[in-house]
Amino acid sequence: MSDNVALVIVSHSELVARGAAEMARQMVGEEVVIVPCGGGVDGGLGTQVDAIKSALESAYTDKGVLVIVDLGGAETNSEMAIEMLSQEQQANVIICDAPIVEGAVMAATEASSGATLDTVRRTAEEYQS
Amino acid sequence: MVMKEIAEQVSSAIRANREVLTALDQAIGDGDHGVNMCRGFDAIDEIKDEFSRMPFGDACTLAGKTLVMNVGGASGPLFGSCLMGFGKVSADCPQTREELVTMLRAGVESVKSRGKSDVGAKTMLDVLVPLLNGVESGEINSLSDARLVSEKALEETKPLLATKGRAAFLAKRSIGHIDPGAKSTALIVDVVCGYMESKA
Repeated sequence: MSDNVALVIVSHSELVARGAAEMARQMVGEEVVIVPCGGGVDGGLGTQVDAIKSALESAYTDKGVLVIVDLGGAETNSEMAIEMLSQEQQANVIICDAPIVEGAVMAATEASSGATLDTVRRTAEEYQS
Repeated sequence: MVMKEIAEQVSSAIRANREVLTALDQAIGDGDHGVNMCRGFDAIDEIKDEFSRMPFGDACTLAGKTLVMNVGGASGPLFGSCLMGFGKVSADCPQTREELVTMLRAGVESVKSRGKSDVGAKTMLDVLVPLLNGVESGEINSLSDARLVSEKALEETKPLLATKGRAAFLAKRSIGHIDPGAKSTALIVDVVCGYMESKA
């Protein structure tokens, strides 16, 4: 569908993940694959390793996948999920250290220009409000 | 067999302490530690029969993976990595001090690298590392020594300033509270010691 870096947005809240994805999509339309992933095992707040793994697989492209996370467990669980991917895929998936909404919007905008994974990450991380 | 019985007893202790863990986490975190740990250990309790059909190390690995997949918070990968670390180096239940040190060290290293943390950050490592050191140095010579070290280490998380996890957002306000992850760790140590005493 697209030859751009894809984004996976991991939040403890499904609504936050979906909302951040919606804001990012408003910037770039369908040019960038953006997959939100949020909520715990019982539908409450939390993040789930297997759900994150599925999100990574559905977003995966050799161009790279940038994972944007909110707090603590979202990052730890995302790291676990990445380690469950094949070695080949793992090399193309990275977690970025950026605020979730601003990071998603900045990353999506950069990704839509066809930038590399590393550039997309830097753009998201360098964002200062 | 060991892992099946330990799994059963730890799960029931975690359930019995759910509100205690929740209260500690409400003070310095987001209040979900009790519920999350219960969810993870309920899942372990459900598959405990499988543990009796496999070697000790494989049972540790399976228990660890079960926590990772079911807890829903950072404690899943953290407690899970610890167990998976045990499983990686200890095919069979440790019988000597040396074997126990090897197992504990593998657990500690897994938690450190997963959490990108170390002692002094007000986490489960502040109970695990003193235990490892105590066993290695010979300070711990009995199960009651292990309990003492673990309880003392837990109390000593109180004055620490949290620099990891949700508690880090509270900065100085985290001082004066016991760390919930350290509490869970001490609880598990207590149950495992009790189990071993009952078998001695």
